[in-house]
Amino acid sequence: MIEAKNVSKSFGEHLVLDNVSCRFEESKCNLIIGQSGSGKTVLMKCLVGLFTIDKGNVEYDGRVFSKMSFDEMKVIRQEIGMMFQGGALFDSMNVEENIMFPLSMFTDQSLEEKRERANFCLSRVRLENVNKLFPAELSGGMKKRVAIARAIAMNPRYLFCDEPNSGLDPLTANVIDNLISEITQEYNITTVINTHDMNSVIEIGDKIAYVHKGKLWWEGNKDTILKSDNPELNEFVFATELTRKLK
Amino acid sequence: MLKGFLFHIGRYILLMRQVFKRPEKQSIYIRQIMVEIDNLGLDSVGIVAFISTFMGAVLCIQMAFNIDTPFIPLYTIGFVTRQSVVLEFSPTIISLILAGKVGSRVASELGTMRVTEQIDAIEIIGINPATYLIFPKIIAVVLINPILITMSMVMAIMGGWLAGILTGLVPTSEYVYGIKAFFESYDIIYALIKTVVFAFLIVSISGYHGYYTKGGALEVGASSTKGVVHSSIAIIVFNLILTQLLLS
Repeated sequence: MIEAKNVSKSFGEHLVLDNVSCRFEESKCNLIIGQSGSGKTVLMKCLVGLFTIDKGNVEYDGRVFSKMSFDEMKVIRQEIGMMFQGGALFDSMNVEENIMFPLSMFTDQSLEEKRERANFCLSRVRLENVNKLFPAELSGGMKKRVAIARAIAMNPRYLFCDEPNSGLDPLTANVIDNLISEITQEYNITTVINTHDMNSVIEIGDKIAYVHKGKLWWEGNKDTILKSDNPELNEFVFATELTRKLK
Repeated sequence: MLKGFLFHIGRYILLMRQVFKRPEKQSIYIRQIMVEIDNLGLDSVGIVAFISTFMGAVLCIQMAFNIDTPFIPLYTIGFVTRQSVVLEFSPTIISLILAGKVGSRVASELGTMRVTEQIDAIEIIGINPATYLIFPKIIAVVLINPILITMSMVMAIMGGWLAGILTGLVPTSEYVYGIKAFFESYDIIYALIKTVVFAFLIVSISGYHGYYTKGGALEVGASSTKGVVHSSIAIIVFNLILTQLLLS
């Protein structure tokens, strides 16, 4: 379980996160949703320690992550897998090397063992015969899947996904959502997903946190979100003509 | 302006402290150093050889045309060519050229990695990105640049000799005598000390600008330019300081 306790973060004069407290549960897809500029990416980056928080705490199963030094954070970071919005695959490495990279850095596995693990992770995200391709040769959906494969290479306890299906067609987006959900349940991972895609919310939102103007505005799940009477949340959820008609 | 300068100096020193932290897995870093020697060093052999040969030739011809009195012996051409090449041309001018080539490559590579979140990805994995990305580059360039500069000296002197015999301005015997005349091995040590310092400055300053890039493609270009300009300025300033320290 990951817990954000009264987290605040400013950039200069601009307060981006204002006293956000939220709990992200194990074996569940925890979604952070909100409009562009609402602070959800900043919240995720504060959770993983890419941004230093001004106030509050971030705890990983009771371990106060936000107060740790860089070297202390390393221990927890080896339990974290993260999929970035653009994939963030290393351009100079092929797919296989990208997935084997954390294994090479932190394990003493032989090349054969690492290859086996990379192949397993690739099969887990339903990709085959792409081992020797470079990121520039992959489609958007393939990059996202390779990013997931790299994120799960070290058997993480915590998985973070930043906009996993942005820029993808609805079918591929659905495949990515289902993959994340399957992996979360199969390996009992605490998964935190940053999205503004309503399809993902309805599909995999075991727990949903709605961030609005830097504050945690609403919490619930995929069943309660459509019945909420929160006006700001409803404005976000039913923003399109299609969703309004469906409602 | 002073505040901005001090801010960058402070952040540069902090980054260097990160860079020289103990690496996570030494075998990986040794491999990375080899890769960077290939990317940043061996890749520059052609341009260094080409420029050095032609500059040596020009130096020799210019000296020959400027000596128009029979009281100055012809071997002076070889002597002055050697001294110019060893003391200044190869260590400083070639380092400035490498600041353009290597510096822009380092800054744009790191800048692109920053804006595409690859540096964040390395940090999330639990690796110190400053050490992983910048340390091997510094070591590679510090190791390979003295070899490149030594090669540059040889090529420039050869270029001077070729120009001398092809134009008929200096006979080989006079040129070779001049090359060997009044030779002080300390000159080579002085040149190589400068080279090592310049190599460090090129990669660390360009790396600094690349590492802290913010924004997108435009900012990557700006970081690359800043890396080249600032490392060139640093080379010029440190050239004066080192010359004063080592030759006075």
